[in-house]
Amino acid sequence: MSFLIGENMTGGYGSVDILHSCTVGVERGEIAVVVGPNGAGKSTAMKAMFGMLALRGGRVIMKGEDITALKPQERVLRGMGFVPQTQNVFPSMTVEENLEMGAFIRRDDVAETMGQVFDLFPILKDKRHQPAGELSGGQRQQVAVGRALMTRPDVLMLDEPTAGVSPIVMDELFDRIIEIARTGIAILMVEQNAKQALAIADKGYVLVQGENRYTDTGEALLENPDVRRAFLGG
Amino acid sequence: MMEQYRTPLMFAMMAALLAIVGIFQSWNVALTIVNLCLISSIMTLGVNIQWGYAGLVNFGMMGFTALGGLAAVLIAMPPVPEAWAAGGSGVMAGLVIIIATAIVSLLIWKQLKGRGAKRYWLTALSIVIGVVIMRLVADPSIAAIESVESARTGYLGGFGLPVTLSWIAGGFVAAGAAFVIGRISLGLRSDYLAIATLGISEIVIYVLKNEDWLARGVKNINGLPRPVPYEIELQASQWVVQLADMLGASVVDVSTITVKLSYAGLFTIVLLIFLWLSEVALRSPWGRMMRAIRDNEVAANAMGKHVTARHLQVFILGSAMVGVAGAMLTTLDGQFTPASYQPLRFTFLIWVMVIVGGSGNNFGSVLGGFIVWFFWIESEPLGLWFISTITAGLADGSALKTQLVENAAHMRLMTMGIILLVMLRFAPQGLLPEQKR
Amino acid sequence: MDILNALTVIGNFVLIPGLAYGSQLALGALGVTLVYSVLRFSNFAHGEMMSFGAMLSVLVTFWLQSAGIGLGLLPPALIALPVSILGTILLCLLIDRLVYRYYRQTRAPNVTYLIVSIGVMFTIGGLVRFIIGPSDRIFTDGSRFIIKARSFKEMTGLNEGLAIKMTQGVTLATAIVIVIAVFWFLNKTRTGKSMRAYSDNEDLALLSGINPERVVMITWVIAAALAAIAGTLYGLDKSFKPFTFLQLLLPIFAAAIVGGVGSPVGAIAGGFVIAFSELFITFAYKKVLTYLLPESLAPESLMQLLSTEYKIALSFIILVIVLLIRPTGLFSGKTL
Repeated sequence: MSFLIGENMTGGYGSVDILHSCTVGVERGEIAVVVGPNGAGKSTAMKAMFGMLALRGGRVIMKGEDITALKPQERVLRGMGFVPQTQNVFPSMTVEENLEMGAFIRRDDVAETMGQVFDLFPILKDKRHQPAGELSGGQRQQVAVGRALMTRPDVLMLDEPTAGVSPIVMDELFDRIIEIARTGIAILMVEQNAKQALAIADKGYVLVQGENRYTDTGEALLENPDVRRAFLGG
Repeated sequence: MMEQYRTPLMFAMMAALLAIVGIFQSWNVALTIVNLCLISSIMTLGVNIQWGYAGLVNFGMMGFTALGGLAAVLIAMPPVPEAWAAGGSGVMAGLVIIIATAIVSLLIWKQLKGRGAKRYWLTALSIVIGVVIMRLVADPSIAAIESVESARTGYLGGFGLPVTLSWIAGGFVAAGAAFVIGRISLGLRSDYLAIATLGISEIVIYVLKNEDWLARGVKNINGLPRPVPYEIELQASQWVVQLADMLGASVVDVSTITVKLSYAGLFTIVLLIFLWLSEVALRSPWGRMMRAIRDNEVAANAMGKHVTARHLQVFILGSAMVGVAGAMLTTLDGQFTPASYQPLRFTFLIWVMVIVGGSGNNFGSVLGGFIVWFFWIESEPLGLWFISTITAGLADGSALKTQLVENAAHMRLMTMGIILLVMLRFAPQGLLPEQKR
Repeated sequence: MDILNALTVIGNFVLIPGLAYGSQLALGALGVTLVYSVLRFSNFAHGEMMSFGAMLSVLVTFWLQSAGIGLGLLPPALIALPVSILGTILLCLLIDRLVYRYYRQTRAPNVTYLIVSIGVMFTIGGLVRFIIGPSDRIFTDGSRFIIKARSFKEMTGLNEGLAIKMTQGVTLATAIVIVIAVFWFLNKTRTGKSMRAYSDNEDLALLSGINPERVVMITWVIAAALAAIAGTLYGLDKSFKPFTFLQLLLPIFAAAIVGGVGSPVGAIAGGFVIAFSELFITFAYKKVLTYLLPESLAPESLMQLLSTEYKIALSFIILVIVLLIRPTGLFSGKTL
């Protein structure tokens, strides 16, 4: 039984279905990556699991509980964390305030968690009093991830976290993600940079036109000649 | 089936209401209301063209109305030769300097694009220098003009041309102002455009109130020439006396009603012309394009429709109509009172007319103009009657009763507000909705 | 060279009135800017909200006066203030519930809110005039001056006098207290930060579990309180007349826009920029120059940049210039 799984998801934003019986799942402490060509429905699948669009078919189960009917805020309370691709920080608020807002639903003392986030992202500690909007792209992504971590989620979902950042920043970000997974949090990630993402993935899902095309470990997918030819440039 | 009859039905009901006023209060009152309704309808038409066709929020109608009134003054009043002799050249020179300053400053602004702080400072400097020079040149002339018989004139006077010409002139003056205002502010987003136009119109009124040499400022201009006969003349004429005898009414009454009817006739002609033009424009390809831009500006832009230019056209046309109405209003009043141009009465009330009547529908604008103005005026007596009735139970001397009765007249502001809110919530398209094509 | 006298003239006719007027504008602009940043529309009814608050203060003050209750040297309107604030808050919450909430639920475009706020403006304006009538009311009481011009002259031996009216002092003191309170709330409390978050990025705020209706309610509470205070202070300083509050709307919008809409710091700065611009540019520098320059150069005319009649028009001119040149304002508020 998967920790978090979206089973046979079918649905879309309007009357047209984008997902066709698509299944994506992740275990505790595991990194699952969803890749595929543009328009394959990767982000849509993740948003469906977060509850940002209604499914016409299939369901989402977390920790054995059917959460298909829950609103996103309710899923956050259940232990889901979501990092949107864009507009994922509060630009006029400081780094520290962003983290505070991330922990908004918590009523207990968040100092310890904030300390952990600063350990994970040391640069943020230096810039804790700077407005998030003034940071570089990569640092802003760190704030976005840190913000989501403040609720101490059981599963962290990231929508194209390395979109538009330099290769060095991407490497660093992936290193951090591995560290987060090591603490036992399940990581589900949609990525455009398929090669590098699959390199750190325990499980990989290749989606094409809203359907599962290939599902295997990250390593196996990297070796798979079909996958390499189609998505990894040979 | 019902839809077709809606428009005529609404207008019929309006006519009935006016008739009731005529019968129960007096025909004079009814006709006064009608004349102002006609003028308001033209203003509403003008605003509707901007809002209903193009989605522009213009809160500056007050300024355009005043400019129309100014045109009425400048065209129709006789010139004051002494004033011209005393300072005409100085004022002309001042105007030339101001225009030159504007052009120079604009050039500096454009040339120094991207040069940061230097741009602001140099432009500001050129403006300040221009203003100082102008004041040095024009101030003595202005003082001279204003001291020429300041009790009676104290200004330059007009051109002494026929009054109906001033209505057309009002349109042109307003159009010219709209061109300048539109060029500089149409790029702004909707609420900023609203605030900017409101601010600019306040500035216009301020200039009119204070530049006595132009139109006597707050000293007002009375005795404007008019296109219809004077009541006194009528009272002396044969046919009026005979008519009064026949109807069993007073000669004074017949004369005043004739005057009002004549105005009403003239105004109706103007209204019908504008209505016809607006309808033609609405159904034309130009009208369709305007609505397409309104509904999806981004797409229209992408398709190469020059959105800002279109907006400017609409802005000018609508404002010109308001200008004509302003000239007509001043002629009707017989006087030009800058202090009477209040944003509440001229800007926001017109907007209530647009919304209640039906935005995007020309007949709706006319209806809205009639209905809202009618209730604005009638709510005073109506409110009074209403309050008197419900306080009939209270003792005559009670403070509450006197307070309520005194302020009953102010209920109209509140009623207008509630009507607007109710319309926006439950019938946002108005009484006569925009017709889908 | 008589610097002290020159400074006194400037102090008396520019600085002190400027501080008072600037405070009133700043409080008004702060309310407008908060509503704009959270509810995302320009609230044309804000002037009438101020009028309503002032009206309540006037009524309670009159009652206090008739009951013989005073506050010594200070104006008794200060006692009335809490009642006025409470009343205005209730009014705004009621209006939000009856009017604005519907448009939030139907996701109406900005322009709709603008026109709706006109309707609200009419309604509240009519209500105020209906309850208290349109005429002038003076409701200040207690001592009139903190320092009289004559006493100042006696104390310093200078030619020129400096007067500080009680209402001016009260205005400035109240404004400082309120502004500090608002900034503390926005920057140090959880609720205040949630408001800023909501204004910054609505979707992310919702995701973080911030309750939108609660944020809206708190915004109205603060805006209403600010309006009531600003209205009362303005009415104390000048006099209460329902009509003036419609006129105040444009200078207040000017202040908010000049400072940068959506930025509370900007609203405060904008208020003072507008107030001091009005005063400095229409001030007659003749006296000051007479004190500063040698006799032979003393000016004949009033030496005004713009005549006094243009005082209020000036805030409109500044507003229009800012809108055209730098709509984000001094402190880079939100634009599109």
